[in-house]
Amino acid sequence: MADPRLKKTPSQTPAALPSWPDDVYRVLKEADVRQVGVVPDAGHSRLIRTFEADSAVRVVTLTTEEEGVAMLAGAWLGGQRGVLLLQSSGVGNCINMLSLPSICRMPLLMLVTMRGDWGEFNPWQIPMGQGTAAVLEAMGVIVTRADEPDAVAPTVWGAANLAFNTWRPAAVLIGQRVLGAKHFKELARK
Amino acid sequence: MTNPNALLHRRAVVDELLRDRGDLLVIAGLGAPNWDVSATGDHPNNFPLWGAMGSAAMMGLGLAIAQPKRKVLVITGDGEMLMSVGALATIAVERPANLTVAVLDNERFGETGMQKTHTASGVDLAGMAAAAGIRTARIVRTAAEVTDIRDLAHQGSGPVFAQIKIHPEALVFVLPPADGGILTTRFRQSVLGDSSLYN
Repeated sequence: MADPRLKKTPSQTPAALPSWPDDVYRVLKEADVRQVGVVPDAGHSRLIRTFEADSAVRVVTLTTEEEGVAMLAGAWLGGQRGVLLLQSSGVGNCINMLSLPSICRMPLLMLVTMRGDWGEFNPWQIPMGQGTAAVLEAMGVIVTRADEPDAVAPTVWGAANLAFNTWRPAAVLIGQRVLGAKHFKELARK
Repeated sequence: MTNPNALLHRRAVVDELLRDRGDLLVIAGLGAPNWDVSATGDHPNNFPLWGAMGSAAMMGLGLAIAQPKRKVLVITGDGEMLMSVGALATIAVERPANLTVAVLDNERFGETGMQKTHTASGVDLAGMAAAAGIRTARIVRTAAEVTDIRDLAHQGSGPVFAQIKIHPEALVFVLPPADGGILTTRFRQSVLGDSSLYN
């Protein structure tokens, strides 16, 4: 059987096993990421599973995203690099906590899976999704975006280098076009 | 009713927690706990917060994970801890043996006019920590119990949570460096060595 990851699919329905999370994992390992703070999102599930299988990396599930901003500040004080995996709605929870990496000149790498973005079905996701980049930039975070699967890993590589080499917060927004838009009416029928 | 004269004094508590501190790493929550830790003595192994309210306990967790051979003591206030009670659940799940969180509980928002916090109405932070799964979680009311927490913080059999009931006194500010870059750089240089200054 052919590897389903090699199958070309239309961007409305990303392949069941996209390869970009594996590429992102390799980039983050190369960056020597040792702590991973997580408020789960479906778009991060493959990357989370890969990190959980890696005994050199500590995956910490958070009750709210700003815990991760603080945890990774502590990690940096102790000499470890980390990454925060979150959904765009969680960016709003982080606003004041982003003072920490900004004023302390600490690296912070955030990988944000977008909602309220391309093809969104749930109107409640729109306010924070549309505000995500503006909020991050207002708090001094360098924001880059990936809207195609092949662009995700190189964009993460660039943001990781910015964060860890220039000691600043940097976020990658992974667009809903990469992740696939949920359609609740279809889910409700099943 | 608690006799306020019998309550512990915050700077005596912090002096005792930091007695013979050795290579203890300290995160101080914003406001009075920062000034208290600084009154005991400014130190490169202190990270005193001037903002980012609600960050102290989780910074302690990230630091404790990164430095498993060192002991980490978070000293913060009841208002700051109440803002991040979820962190108690996260810390309980992660079980960092080298982390102690000591809350100086004056039952007040001290910096903003001494308004009552939830602990003044009986909210039991130590009970919440215990319910989250932090097995050593205590309310502390005496100097001898403070010494016990000080010793536990040095033993590494945590996580430990202490809600230390203190007098709601307003004391003169003792300020550490305010620049976050200076605080970060000197802490990392002290803990990680000169190599931390280079990329």
